[in-house]
Amino acid sequence: MTIPHGSGNLVGLPFPTAAKPRVRDIGLRANLRRATGTIRAKRAAVVEEVERTGDWEPLREAGRAIKAWTMRNLPELLERFETAATEAGAVVHWARDADEANRIVGDLIRARNQREIVKVKSMATQEIGLNEALAAQGIEATETDLAELIVQLAGDEPSHILVPAIHKNRSEIRELFAARMPGTDASLTDEPAALAEAARRHLRAKFLSAKVAVSGANFAVAETGTLVVVESEGNGRMCLTLPETLISVVGVEKILPRFADLEVFLQLLPRSSTGERMNPYTSMWTGATDGDGPSDVHIVLIDNGRSATLADEVGRQALHCIRCSACLNVCPVYERTGGHAYGSVYPGPIGAILSPQLTGVAANKSLPYASSLCGACYEVCPVKINIPEVLVHLRQEAPKNAAEKSAMATMGWVMRSRRRYEAGLRAARMGSSPWRGKGSLSRLPWPMSGWTSSRDLPVPPRESFRDWWKREAAEGTGANGEGE
Amino acid sequence: MRIALFITCVNDLMFPETGKAVVRLLRRLGHDVDFPAEQTCCGQMHANTGYRAEAVPLAKRFAGVFDPYDAIVSPSGSCAAMVRDSFPGLAPGDGRVASVSARTYELSELLVDVLGVTDTGAYFPHKVTYHPTCHGLRMLGLGDKPLSLLANVRGIELADLPAPDECCGFGGTFAVKNAEVSTAMLTDKCRNALSTDAEILAAADNSCLTHIGGGLSRMRAGMRVMHYAEILAAREHDRGPSAGHTGEGVLR
Repeated sequence: MTIPHGSGNLVGLPFPTAAKPRVRDIGLRANLRRATGTIRAKRAAVVEEVERTGDWEPLREAGRAIKAWTMRNLPELLERFETAATEAGAVVHWARDADEANRIVGDLIRARNQREIVKVKSMATQEIGLNEALAAQGIEATETDLAELIVQLAGDEPSHILVPAIHKNRSEIRELFAARMPGTDASLTDEPAALAEAARRHLRAKFLSAKVAVSGANFAVAETGTLVVVESEGNGRMCLTLPETLISVVGVEKILPRFADLEVFLQLLPRSSTGERMNPYTSMWTGATDGDGPSDVHIVLIDNGRSATLADEVGRQALHCIRCSACLNVCPVYERTGGHAYGSVYPGPIGAILSPQLTGVAANKSLPYASSLCGACYEVCPVKINIPEVLVHLRQEAPKNAAEKSAMATMGWVMRSRRRYEAGLRAARMGSSPWRGKGSLSRLPWPMSGWTSSRDLPVPPRESFRDWWKREAAEGTGANGEGE
Repeated sequence: MRIALFITCVNDLMFPETGKAVVRLLRRLGHDVDFPAEQTCCGQMHANTGYRAEAVPLAKRFAGVFDPYDAIVSPSGSCAAMVRDSFPGLAPGDGRVASVSARTYELSELLVDVLGVTDTGAYFPHKVTYHPTCHGLRMLGLGDKPLSLLANVRGIELADLPAPDECCGFGGTFAVKNAEVSTAMLTDKCRNALSTDAEILAAADNSCLTHIGGGLSRMRAGMRVMHYAEILAAREHDRGPSAGHTGEGVLR
């Protein structure tokens, strides 16, 4: 039986095609350089504090181990979560894919006769394209996270997991607010405090009138049925407490076995994501409580390719991700392309291994190659996801073009025999001998034209190492040549 | 101790001077080194590009060729990392592969950890900046071993490379498949290298050096690249960095 893959906002143009205009977008490059540099430095400083006491590596290992154990026991833990949440007064729904999840959420909202809802920043709802699906049903969803609001007002897509509007600078945001946000004063400046105040005034009215809020969750505790959202602005807290109905869309991999496990993740996550010791707002709710917060609580657990990912013993570690974005911020590829080049709501190194697994590698075959395998992502990952290992693993599954396949097969055949290998060396030296006088080549045909577009390539010298070794041995100079 | 040189296919063809430097250096330090001529390629390109099935026989072949030796040394961080980090996973349950894999060292590991060398007795009167390549840095965990050896070279002036741990953008086939992004990364590496005002950028991997050197050459930057083994092997009577190290005008 094949396990179905996911759908939604997970596939775009091939990475090299989508990356090209972004690499050449000077404004974008400047925004990304500044923003990733700032977050990188903040993270490094607060992680170093914990490294100094010797606690960071044990914390990471604990995070990894808890997630690995969770994945091995996911079916039982999910049922346990459902039981606990239901006993606490929540209604748990199960969605196989994006369409099913969108339908469940839309039906719940329409059954309550609502046309406007407020939203907490959530990757899961971006993944399934909830806002667009609701709009098609005549429901207007307002993003209340400042950066998500910016992206929504611009009719844009998020380009970072934590900072969705990282590709915009503050003067661009000022222009956007002035043009698109109702009630914005033309005298608005691009001071961050002024921009936040304008958004606050705009959102306040939405908070006070909304009857339904939609959120995601950072963690779902199987033991107690508790959902957890961590955030910085307090806008999430407003959505999670004021409306009567709260609908949370949660990927099945967000499960933690025990409440006490939060101890590990609430230390790992803020330091890795915003570079803070602790995030300003941590909201937790367990079902519904009379007279305290929403009385009508729903949880939509989505699969959308996660079971298929779980079936891959090497690739399943991508499901350990806690969406901190540390890997994006250190990635030299992400820093030069931004998130849109990845064509998925999950960009950067984690996106390059998560998106192809959710959709199936064949549907997303360029992403496993969108990395130089430098390993910076693995080094910072708070739950030790070996991203380079999974990238290489997924490359095995990616469909290949025939020319590359036959070149690789030939190369493999040559390398399996000394005689063929030595003949290959001779052929390479002879083939390039007309250019030896030049020292290097600056123009080569496809596929090496990709190399020479910006780099020269040296010409092999007349004598290979092995020929030198043989000659020196024969001449009896002890293969030394130093004359000592 | 029986030491075997794993030259790597790229060095065998393109950069024989690096191999010669390793041989000279080890002999000067009083160690015998052999070159098993049966060796070919470790299969790194196959494994990393998605052709694992082609890499498996190469890993097993490698183990057969190098099994008779106590230590295998390679002047390439990424090929040494391939053997040590990836080989056991390519041939699970193959004891010989696992054993040979564990006996394989990058040059600075052999010198510092196994042979206890701190000063190679080299003389190299040039300004040098050192780039710690990604696989050496993160997969092998070379730390400051190569730099500590370079620091003891007489006459050398070492300049710190800004953002040293950032990838140069090579990444094997990445440089061709994603040439735009690779070039953008290379530009920043070259900018940082040139800001040091050094004459030479050194590293533990000729693949990365081919990439950085190819960029510097294209820009006519007036800065060249060199494998650090060639610096550690250099002596007082050698004639400068442009002679004896370029092997028939190989510009890197």
